[in-house]
Amino acid sequence: MSVKVGQAAEAPSFPKAARSMLGNTQVRHNVRHATDMIRARRAHAVAETPDWQQLRDSARAIKNHVLRHLEAYLEQFETACTTAGGKVHWASDADEANSTVIDIIRSHGASEVIKVKTMTSDETALNPALEAAGITPVETDLADLIIQLGADKPSHIVVPALHRNRAEIRRLFMEKMQLPDLGERAEDLTAAARRYLRERFLRARVGLSGANFAIAESGSLCVVESEGNGRMCVTLPKVLISLVGIEKIVPTFGDLEVFLQLLARSATGERMNPYNSIWTGVTPGDGPEEFHVVLLDNGRTDVLADEESRATLNCIRCGACLNICPVYRQTGGHAYGSIYAGPIGAILTPQLQGMRHSQSLPYASTLCGACYEVCPVQIDIPEILLHLRKKVVKGHGASLAERLGMKVAARVFSSGGCLESAQKLVRIAQKPFAADGVIERLPGGLAGWTRFRDLPEVPAESFRQWWAKRQRKETP
Amino acid sequence: MKVSLFITCYNDTLFPATGKAVVAVLERLGHTVEFRPAQTCCGQMHYNTGYQDDARRMMLHFLEVFRDAETICVPSTSCVAMIREHFPKMAAASPDPSVARDVDALLPRVYEFCELLVNKFRTVDTGASFPHTVTLHTTCHSLRGTKVGERPVQLLRAVRGLTYVELPQADQCCGFGGTFAIKNADVSAAMLSDKVRAILDTQAEVCTAVDNSCLMHIGGALSRQRAGVRCLHLAEILASTAGAPA
Repeated sequence: MSVKVGQAAEAPSFPKAARSMLGNTQVRHNVRHATDMIRARRAHAVAETPDWQQLRDSARAIKNHVLRHLEAYLEQFETACTTAGGKVHWASDADEANSTVIDIIRSHGASEVIKVKTMTSDETALNPALEAAGITPVETDLADLIIQLGADKPSHIVVPALHRNRAEIRRLFMEKMQLPDLGERAEDLTAAARRYLRERFLRARVGLSGANFAIAESGSLCVVESEGNGRMCVTLPKVLISLVGIEKIVPTFGDLEVFLQLLARSATGERMNPYNSIWTGVTPGDGPEEFHVVLLDNGRTDVLADEESRATLNCIRCGACLNICPVYRQTGGHAYGSIYAGPIGAILTPQLQGMRHSQSLPYASTLCGACYEVCPVQIDIPEILLHLRKKVVKGHGASLAERLGMKVAARVFSSGGCLESAQKLVRIAQKPFAADGVIERLPGGLAGWTRFRDLPEVPAESFRQWWAKRQRKETP
Repeated sequence: MKVSLFITCYNDTLFPATGKAVVAVLERLGHTVEFRPAQTCCGQMHYNTGYQDDARRMMLHFLEVFRDAETICVPSTSCVAMIREHFPKMAAASPDPSVARDVDALLPRVYEFCELLVNKFRTVDTGASFPHTVTLHTTCHSLRGTKVGERPVQLLRAVRGLTYVELPQADQCCGFGGTFAIKNADVSAAMLSDKVRAILDTQAEVCTAVDNSCLMHIGGALSRQRAGVRCLHLAEILASTAGAPA
């Protein structure tokens, strides 16, 4: 099985990638500006919802229920979707999903496919597979189009081009769409994108979408978006393929009441998404004549099997944890080396990817807890990070220096006497490094601290020594 | 009341003045303090870095040391969060059911320093005097882990001569995160630089908090930059008097 999460297999470790992102002042400025704006909007949209906490509780309960009965709901979905005229395909991994999609497109003799709202296709690295098969993918979500034209990578799960500002996008459109006189207002840019895309919408024979929700009882899919390009993608072409992770199931249409409120308010701070497309199978004379759903596993059943991290699959991809995360705020999404960035990426990527390539991601967090606080489905991300850290250590993913250091520290903390002896040793060992009560430079692994900060010198007397002295004075 | 002090390993080693201040405040309020020298560490660093077997052994040691202590005071929100959130999880995973019983019996006796003063002793005015401008760094664990919340501000407002200034973006992590500060030193430094900027913007002379781990991080940058702002644990401000200033 070849489980893939975009480019993560070749990505450098988080600290290394983050270091280079931190040097990009333009990206940092753009990320701050955008996340501040979305955070403020979300906070407002949440504050005006009196039953927010009840909605979160319901969402978690529904998702947990679905995961416990996933197999039954998937079968129910397949039956309902097939009855409504759709065709369901099962893909155990990225390669199987990609080849299923390519076979369907080829069977219609198409050489172009219009795409919308399918982060899952980034997970399976579908675009390179399509290109290798001689099929041109056209991203139609504005942000995804910006990424595609710039040969860039998405940096946010809801706002993939969040790291780009308007001036950069204008330059890109001027060059790639051959528009030397393009204006600089947002309206000018969206008008240019509209003209560019409209032509492709009208000539496309095959469309490809993702799904925010798959409704088991009716076999329907739901895609939410802001632009209407998704609506065109799922209604104009003769053939529609939807690539859907198996965890996207909700039992009933009524469950959308909970999720559509939570998702819009968490993701963009809107009361409702401007476009909510829900469709069921095929309807003669209306929309696609042929409809395929590719249900993707790609490691998800392994996540499901791990009780301590299963809740990762509850994610509805709202991006609130990215916007609130103080780490993401500094680095932006590219540092995570995966289509899934931020706190949710730090737990999702290593589980889909396999620990060997992404063992630095569970450590890309201070465990400050802000992500858990904003999560609309209440995924305890810090807890799952800790679980994954435990797996890194158990799988011998930690450095020798760290393992030794932790072993020594554990010995030191085994008794009060050991701790006191260690304190005495440190006081001697620090002598070459300390001056005026401060240590400005430390060697080896500890240099990470002193590159940016002073460290106080270990004082001549520990608390326990002071206390012992005081006791001796009081009881002679 | 008799209070048993869990000083925490890094306060014991690096910040003994905080421990002395806790003792001074509690004794001034008429309580008796005891210190059990067998105590070491709550296991937080090991637990958070993935060495949970080591952390479990430290928890068992902690349970043994404080088995019969009636009230335990901990001047660190992150250690309190470790005890409250993770001791029960480790106990539940233990094959020995007595561990879970011990943890259940321990938790109601554990108080963060501010919680002990404000909730248990119903004391806000500790008789302190500290004629300086002070801002408060809200540690992530005081905000989210332990819900210590507004108590540090209540205590600061009762200090004679103290001018309290609110810290902007107080809910932002300072970037310490234990081994994060070393493993991800660059990102940690970027987060820290935002925090330092916010502190300097307040024009405060002193930045305080209820956790010396964040303060060691923030103070390390303020010291490196020769910024002219010092970090002091809240207990040291509350211990300060006109006769014995901090």
